[in-house]
Amino acid sequence: MTESQVTAPEQLVAVPVRHYGRYVSGVVVLVLLALLVRAFADAKNIHWEVFRRFLTVHNVLVGAWHTLEISVLAQLLGIALGIVVAVMRSSGNPVTGAVGWLYVWFFRGTPVLLQLFLWYNLGLVFPTILGHATPQIMTPFLAALLGLGINEGAYMAEIVRAGISAVDEGQTEAAQALGMRRGLLLRRVVLPQAMRVIIPPTGNEFINMLKTSSLAFAITYPELTRSVTDIYTNNLKIFELLFVAATWYLVITTVFTIGQFYLERRYARGSSRQLPPTPLQRLRAAVTR
Amino acid sequence: MVKAEGVHKSFGKLEVLKGIDLEVQPGEVCCLLGPSGSGKSTFLRCINHLEKVTAGRLSVDGELVGYRQQGDKLYELRERETAAKRAEIGMVFQRFNLFPHMTALGNVIEAPLHVRRTSKAEAIAQGTSLLARVGLSDKVDSYPAQLSGGQQQRVAIARALAMKPKLMLFDEPTSALDPELVGEVLDVMRGLAKDGMTMVVVTHEMGFARDVGDTVVFMDGGVVVEQGAPKQVINDPQHPRTKAFLGKVL
Repeated sequence: MTESQVTAPEQLVAVPVRHYGRYVSGVVVLVLLALLVRAFADAKNIHWEVFRRFLTVHNVLVGAWHTLEISVLAQLLGIALGIVVAVMRSSGNPVTGAVGWLYVWFFRGTPVLLQLFLWYNLGLVFPTILGHATPQIMTPFLAALLGLGINEGAYMAEIVRAGISAVDEGQTEAAQALGMRRGLLLRRVVLPQAMRVIIPPTGNEFINMLKTSSLAFAITYPELTRSVTDIYTNNLKIFELLFVAATWYLVITTVFTIGQFYLERRYARGSSRQLPPTPLQRLRAAVTR
Repeated sequence: MVKAEGVHKSFGKLEVLKGIDLEVQPGEVCCLLGPSGSGKSTFLRCINHLEKVTAGRLSVDGELVGYRQQGDKLYELRERETAAKRAEIGMVFQRFNLFPHMTALGNVIEAPLHVRRTSKAEAIAQGTSLLARVGLSDKVDSYPAQLSGGQQQRVAIARALAMKPKLMLFDEPTSALDPELVGEVLDVMRGLAKDGMTMVVVTHEMGFARDVGDTVVFMDGGVVVEQGAPKQVINDPQHPRTKAFLGKVL
């Protein structure tokens, strides 16, 4: 009461709560992090020049490329299968619905590594496919693509189904009232809106896929993990080469995380009045404030 | 234009429509009134087969909707045939149901482009003039989220008109609107009525029903309680249930 008489009200300055704890915990975390980095940097048994040399060696780059290639293709196969199965399961036809359910049940219920082995060893059951010897057709690449992609389809089916059911029923009714048939209204009205719900978990799935694809090394597909293990079984620089692989995995996932942000932003069109700012815009706002 | 004979509709054990008989002449504006749960929205949705009738005949422009009669059975039509009939019946919903990922113009030209397969130039020309007709020339490129409720509902009316329907269905078109936005939507509907559009309107707007309606139908408990000219039904109701309802809303 007495203070307000001394100062004019508009000269009173509001001070937000001070978070002293944040400074303390920040310092603690930074110190721990520095100790950890130093422990690795100083470790006599890690040769960082080996790490640097192998980071861009040809076999590693080829392995990284193969990882990227198989992951993108398998994810695309998974998305396509996921949409088909999700539509099958919500179609109202009991036969296609049951087929979709069985697909999800089997491929989600067994380990992906086991599925990779199943595809790779298909020749044991069917020695020839369309007159060709199965091993000639079922290369490690194709086995990896089918194993990873069909497995992924089972997860994508659930994601797409959740996305479709998140779209308001009134959208379907409005489209039907305009004379649209099921295929058209799914393609033009429901799926574009479901995308907003589908994209974030799909990005998650793809980043999982980048790493799950390392299992394909068990069926001799020359992806990134296999490239580095091949090298370190020769030169025994195990930790250095594992760091090389880890670095490339991080590079690829980082690039795709950024891509995902812009994709989500695009599909937010129309659902919010203002799109969220890009990191660049946020940075500019923080600097000019 | 619309002819209902003994239309029944049940959801499981709940019988919502218990035999509706109703006729709407071409160019007529028919307003359906009644308390909520009386079945008026359900009946409206049966007209374009968004709900399937359980029994009875319901025809639009002389053709059964969604069914083919053979003997004493009604066989449901294939989706393609039902869709073709729906394309000739415009519908406006209580909650607008605009496509949020398309602009106002995108909403209006969507069905002409992909259902009627008109050329893009023609669809855009028609869509632009329809948006002008509902007073939204300046909102052509706005997304629904950027429009007020009244503007959204006017886009929805333009979207339905773009299919050149011979019948328009309105399902409580102003019930989700702020009071001051109701007028702009009713004005558009008045204009349509004046141009001779056949309209079936479920509404709680007594003023609209009295001024614009050619007939007023009062429904309660899944049956038509009373129908006739608006002045007669609204100003001088005969049935006690009509009297009770109007006593509360007027």
